[in-house]
Amino acid sequence: METFVFYLFSAFMVMSALMVITVHNPVRAAFFLVLTFFSSAAVWLLLEAEFLAVILIIVYVGAVMVLFLFVVMMLDINIAELKRGFVKNLPLAVIVAIAMFTMIYFVVSGEHFSVEHFAPPARHTADYSNISELGQVLYTEYVFAFEIAAVILLVGIVAAISLTLRRRPNTRHQKIEDQVAVKSEDRLRVVKVEPRQRKYEVGK
Amino acid sequence: MLTLSHFLILGGIIFSISLAGVFINRKNIIILLMCVELMLLAVNTNFIAFSYFLGDSAGQVFVFFILTVAAAEAAIGLAILVVLFRNKRTINVEDLDTLKG
Repeated sequence: METFVFYLFSAFMVMSALMVITVHNPVRAAFFLVLTFFSSAAVWLLLEAEFLAVILIIVYVGAVMVLFLFVVMMLDINIAELKRGFVKNLPLAVIVAIAMFTMIYFVVSGEHFSVEHFAPPARHTADYSNISELGQVLYTEYVFAFEIAAVILLVGIVAAISLTLRRRPNTRHQKIEDQVAVKSEDRLRVVKVEPRQRKYEVGK
Repeated sequence: MLTLSHFLILGGIIFSISLAGVFINRKNIIILLMCVELMLLAVNTNFIAFSYFLGDSAGQVFVFFILTVAAAEAAIGLAILVVLFRNKRTINVEDLDTLKG
């Protein structure tokens, strides 16, 4: 049963990965990449990495791929122009891919990574929590790397916003630096008013 | 019976496909970025397979960090792409030769 599930989702993964690199429309490529991520999440579930499988779907399919789709749909791209040279590069691509796969295959197949060397571990019981196991090492042993990852995300936010922020002329916007640097003298003007002579007495 | 080789070969296939994709789609930066994402997915699959078969959760922590960095990389890459398109009205790699001496 596990073998069947593995082959099913691996087939989905390979097929959709092939479609990603061959379809002409970038929007369709993005959708096939989503399918690849989904089937990859299923394969990760077979390896008892439940948290990462869910994260892959939430973060990758939910955030990164939506970002890709936004960008693809916002840019006005000439697809025919970009596909010129597809056939010309195809033989080289096939040769390189096959050579690469052959090398990887000779390393990872059969003798070094077979059952004798890496026996599949026993499945965990139903009360096993992948999240708590990950969290226990993440917040103790790898807490420094975790903080650095947070800083990297912050840098990513700042870089992406500052790159794409555009100040058009003739639009009204707040000048934050002026607002912050304002002093009380700029806001409040104290006027010395000379006292005047009363024209008439009160209550007369 | 699933062995470690099954998962490693799957990762190898995905990596080779994405490498071919880099060669085929040499002009379209968006597809190039997608191929990089596919490569990272293949590497992550390898990490998780080793993590499971060795009984060590360090591999999963590593994948966690790879996902974080890849998300930041995709965001910045797409931001650069948007700025590039705004300035040059094209994302064809061959037109981006301003820095060529």
